[in-house]
Amino acid sequence: MISCHNLTKRFGPLLAVDDLSFQVEPGEVLGFLGPNGAGKTTTMRILAGFLPATSGSATVCGFDVDTQSIDAKRRIGYLPEGAPNYPEMSPRSFLEFIADIRGLEGATRTSRLDEVYGLLHLEPVLEQTIDTLSKGYKRRVGLAQAILHDPDVLILDEPTDGLDPNQKYEVRQLINQMSQSKIIVISTHLLEEVDAVCSRAIIIAHGRILVDDTPEKLKARSRFHNAVSVKLVDRSQLDEVRGGIESLAEVDAIEMDSNSDRLTAFPANGQHPLGAITALAIAKGWEFSEIHQESGRLDEVFRTITGGANA
Amino acid sequence: MNIMLAIMRRELRSYFLTPVAYVFIVIFLALTSTFTFYLGNFYERGQADLASFFNFHPWLYLFLVPSLSMRLWSEERRSGSIELLMTLPVELWQAVVGKFLAAWTFTGLALALTFPIWITVNYLGNPDNGVIVAAYIGSLLMAGGFLAVGSCISATTKNQVIAFILAVVACFLLLLAGFPLVLEVFSAWAPQVLVDVVASLSFLTHFASISKGVIDLRDLVYFALLISVMLYANTIVLQLKKAD
Repeated sequence: MISCHNLTKRFGPLLAVDDLSFQVEPGEVLGFLGPNGAGKTTTMRILAGFLPATSGSATVCGFDVDTQSIDAKRRIGYLPEGAPNYPEMSPRSFLEFIADIRGLEGATRTSRLDEVYGLLHLEPVLEQTIDTLSKGYKRRVGLAQAILHDPDVLILDEPTDGLDPNQKYEVRQLINQMSQSKIIVISTHLLEEVDAVCSRAIIIAHGRILVDDTPEKLKARSRFHNAVSVKLVDRSQLDEVRGGIESLAEVDAIEMDSNSDRLTAFPANGQHPLGAITALAIAKGWEFSEIHQESGRLDEVFRTITGGANA
Repeated sequence: MNIMLAIMRRELRSYFLTPVAYVFIVIFLALTSTFTFYLGNFYERGQADLASFFNFHPWLYLFLVPSLSMRLWSEERRSGSIELLMTLPVELWQAVVGKFLAAWTFTGLALALTFPIWITVNYLGNPDNGVIVAAYIGSLLMAGGFLAVGSCISATTKNQVIAFILAVVACFLLLLAGFPLVLEVFSAWAPQVLVDVVASLSFLTHFASISKGVIDLRDLVYFALLISVMLYANTIVLQLKKAD
């Protein structure tokens, strides 16, 4: 379990982390979201034992990250921002070094090393110098380093930054596979990532928690939650359809995207306008080429929540 | 212990994965020979000893050792790998001592590779090999002192050039601490006790007595203390500056 109590970090006059308190239980994948400079990396650095907090405390698996830092670090796999490493080494010698530091020995050492080579598809580049690897491979070497000792807690600062879509997919698969038994904390700018891997999201700005919720509930805060968007076959019906849908009691407002001629009907408080709109369309004989109900848009929620803070 | 050795091995390996090791060893061997034979008049002196070889070591180390120590921590800080190292289950002193030992072992290796000159002097005459062994030990200890100073300074900056220049200056002052250049700065105002303390810090004085074959406990203690104090300061600097 990770638990933070009133964690605060100041850099001179700058308040980077402001009185953060939260807990993460095994099986949870916590996504840290927030604008640049919100305090995500600083919080992760404190948890990983790299920075001391100015005040407050944090424990990982019951060990205080400041006073029992070695015990805490043994249980953490940490991928620092930008996945730093030793560029003159090869992935093999780098990971063997990490294995030595982590105290892996004998058969366990060999099998763990082989396992992470396989999981992160590092075999083709094991003997190259890390310096010459692509950004994607460097990131994967960093991830391999973090999961090598099969830690209970994984703290990953932007794990998919710089990866191509296929690699992102694979890393997310990997995170999902590991998530049952571990605590995973990731920070990301990518809202789709929160959808793909996180069971919980914390949005922070100016070092403060603004929201702590599941991605589904976050999306429910969106005005797009349960909104219905339709696309007409016959453009000439546009005004009629617009008027018809707008007059429904379930619909609060309607917007048209002039590029795609898509109409989006926003629900009135807590309503599900999909049924009413389909019924109306059948009655009036409107033909839609597309109709769907949105679950909500995280990017819109993110902007609304952090909008004031980000400006 | 294993962790410290792992850090030391990794560091030592890195020297040989980059041109640093080869450049250093070649330059070191070339310069020691040049100094011994041309400036030290090895042959002309007509004496079967290695004084002309060892006399130049302090001055060689003054420039060569900071070039080795400058990257120890400043490179880790610049590249961000210090964040990786400091979030592994490693005590700060294990990392500091491990890296220092790697650099020291490496200078030891470079020093060992000067063995042809020892063979030469034994071929030409009958030197006192005990004195030569003592001088080698003294030289290695002095290199350790320089390295510890350089390592500590390297932790204060992300810039290797600054680390190099500051280390050269610090080592220069330590070398000459027993000489008027440094002492006069103190003798004008400081009590005699302090002047004596500063004078006793001189690398040259301590090295000179060892290289004459006199292994005095005080000289050994001096280097051991200097290295310990500098490495301890190194851990404090890192603690303060690691995340800057």
